Amino acid sequence: MKKMGDMLLRKAAFAEIAMGNTALVRAMVEAGTRVVSSYPGSPTPEIAAAIASIPRAQRPFYFEFSTNEKVATELAYGAALNGHLATVFFKSVGLNVAADTFVQLSLMNIIGGLVVVLGDDPGANSSQNEQDNRHYALLSYTPVLEPADPAEVYHYYLEAARLSQRLHMPVILRLTTHVCHAKQKVSFGAWNPQPNDDSPRFDPANGPYIPLTSMALEQKRKALNRLEQVRRHAEQSDLNVTIDNGNAKRGVITMGLPFLSLMETVGEVTAQPDILKLAYVHPLPRETIVGFLSGHRQVKILEELDNVLENQIKAIAFDQKIPVDIIGKTGTDDWVGEYTPDKVRQILAQSWPDMISQSRETAAQDPAPPRVAQLCPGCGHRSAFHAIRQALADTDITVADIGCHTLGFQPPYEMGQLLMCMGASTAMGSGLRLFNTSRKVVAFMGDSTFFHAALPGIVNAIFNQHPITLILMENGTTAMTGHQDHAASGSNFNEVTDKIPVRRVLEGLGVNHIFEVDTYQQAKLIDLLDQATAIDEFSVVIARHPCMLKFNREQRKQPGYRQRQVTIDQNACQRIHTCVETFGCPTFTRDAQGNITVNTDLCIGDGSCIQTCPSKAIAPAGQKQSGGAA
Amino acid sequence: MTPFNIHLTGVGGQGIGLISETILRAADHAGHPVKSVDTHGLAQRGGMVVSQIRMGDFVCSPLIPHRQADLAISLERHEALRAAGTMLKEGGVLIYYNTIWQPLSVRLKERTEISQQDIHWLCQTRGIEVISVFRDDLADSRMQNMVVLAEICRRGMIPGIQRIHYEKAMDDLMTGTMLEKNMAIFSLGHPPVTPLDAR
Repeated sequence: MKKMGDMLLRKAAFAEIAMGNTALVRAMVEAGTRVVSSYPGSPTPEIAAAIASIPRAQRPFYFEFSTNEKVATELAYGAALNGHLATVFFKSVGLNVAADTFVQLSLMNIIGGLVVVLGDDPGANSSQNEQDNRHYALLSYTPVLEPADPAEVYHYYLEAARLSQRLHMPVILRLTTHVCHAKQKVSFGAWNPQPNDDSPRFDPANGPYIPLTSMALEQKRKALNRLEQVRRHAEQSDLNVTIDNGNAKRGVITMGLPFLSLMETVGEVTAQPDILKLAYVHPLPRETIVGFLSGHRQVKILEELDNVLENQIKAIAFDQKIPVDIIGKTGTDDWVGEYTPDKVRQILAQSWPDMISQSRETAAQDPAPPRVAQLCPGCGHRSAFHAIRQALADTDITVADIGCHTLGFQPPYEMGQLLMCMGASTAMGSGLRLFNTSRKVVAFMGDSTFFHAALPGIVNAIFNQHPITLILMENGTTAMTGHQDHAASGSNFNEVTDKIPVRRVLEGLGVNHIFEVDTYQQAKLIDLLDQATAIDEFSVVIARHPCMLKFNREQRKQPGYRQRQVTIDQNACQRIHTCVETFGCPTFTRDAQGNITVNTDLCIGDGSCIQTCPSKAIAPAGQKQSGGAA
Repeated sequence: MTPFNIHLTGVGGQGIGLISETILRAADHAGHPVKSVDTHGLAQRGGMVVSQIRMGDFVCSPLIPHRQADLAISLERHEALRAAGTMLKEGGVLIYYNTIWQPLSVRLKERTEISQQDIHWLCQTRGIEVISVFRDDLADSRMQNMVVLAEICRRGMIPGIQRIHYEKAMDDLMTGTMLEKNMAIFSLGHPPVTPLDAR
């Protein structure tokens, strides 16, 4: 077996199949990165998985999952001020959380180096929006490099690290979902580990590090000057590639993954347009662009999401009085979704119908029933939602937060009717409760989110006396992103730690009404929720059970493990269908006659369904049905 | 080589990642230029998982355009129909493991469960060859992917990739009992092909 950890630490140059996220970690190693931090979020968790493959004692850098993206950014910044090359990575919307700190970074003289790796998500595959984080780069005067594939991820990180160390400024490496998750053979360089200078080199004389009043303006001037230095560097960089097909009529300026879609699309064209593929997407290499615009009668700007390049390039053409027809986005469709080969073909066919025909195959109608994401078989959230739904009136308001439990908004539960971002449920719920005496408000939240961004909302509910009920679904892990540890897990990325107990935090904050129940005990949960919502004060119900998927995986590794499943007594079953329609565990399969069977590939034997069957037809396999609780 | 596009699909938890990376590495061992990309949504278990592999000299994007896949590999019947209808080209080949993880809409009786006949009809109209595999003697459902891979290998369904390349790829990715168990399934003979709608 090829061990990823061995590969990442290989001294000699080599070529290996690697995912974008893995290639990034090799680049971190080669660049001499000393501190890395993150908060888990798709499409970036595999970066941490690659880091975890290097045993801690051999890991050439420190890594932690911090409490949230802002904390992770601050930690990396602090390390960089001591002279280290630091890196922070997180998903697209993580930058919103980190923003308060992030926007100041470019004002600071960063003695070591700082690379901010963003996992943007065009197409919103696993995010609440598809925000274009290049706007943040413009807002904060931060350079951006954007790779198109795993090999470029590797090379561009090395470039970003060098640039950051040389100019003492933060640099963004902007990845997108299908760059993070693409795999190909990548040629890696040699790694010559250098001795680390771990002396804490922070010196206020290198500042100012206090961005206040007149100093802030001076720091901004410096940031703008550094940005101009990056621009001049970008003009000379061979990472920006021009493909000269000798076409004086048409050119395309593009970047990132859309470049590959473009190459795919124009491959079959005889009069191929010239192409300028930008690696530096902020600041733009102005002279390079002027040269390209001047050499063509028409230039198409092909960029995913927003018109960030387009606006700047049009301004350049206007200032320079270049007689070129610039074709940008033509309608809202051009602003939405990932620029796949199909989408790029469609866009080019619209701009240049004589060159590119519409897709030979348009998106065919899907002949199969849709498969929506849902809670895992045996998930504790399902059991809880099944109970909570019974405790609440149809008119009551349920507020979701980010996490696995968010999936409860779908049928058959329809629990969690609104969602915003990490930690928002308590405060949104508090607002929904104002002047509202007829509809109870119940908010949901997971335990990783609790520490991430929820505490201010909870403190506010206590301090400003908002009488809502928060159901804290404590499963001991950050489940949705792949079971990363958090402050209440009992270990961090590197070692066993004390748990920060959620209940005691709440007590310390002054929550007077805290109830606790095992997530799977439905009758007790209903009873406690009745009690909690009857109180005219902020209350919390902690529904606790380790994430069943993780729990089950760990149990499987134990000696003497016996697989548990449930079975249905077909004689007892009265075809009421609560199990399949209301409880809705994917384990239950319905045939055309309405008979229900257990899918033995899926059932993990948690037994939470046993409580839900009115006919008491469900029982642990190999036992007589008892109708008892799990 | 001429481009060869493989669209793999299944349900979260079925092991699409392993079969995909095995084929990717086997293609590399066979000396083909190759790229792949995985797409997974929000769910840990039970959501759609898609992986795409593209072999050939002139492949740029790792993403396969609509209905340009030469081969669709599915580990589940509903996903097999989806792949055949939306991603396979006319005259392509579909191989699927004949098991069912019912989508929510089927369990809620809003839609009808897909039958093997549904797949055959659709494939017939689009000139797609269909191969369905199933073993009733599997100890672990997570090895269904290896049953499919064994049949792909036996039939030589991916140009230029031979048994030795798959074995090398599996050796790259696994060790110990996991490798032994998977290799045992992979090395088994002809899997019984289920008769139409026997399940």
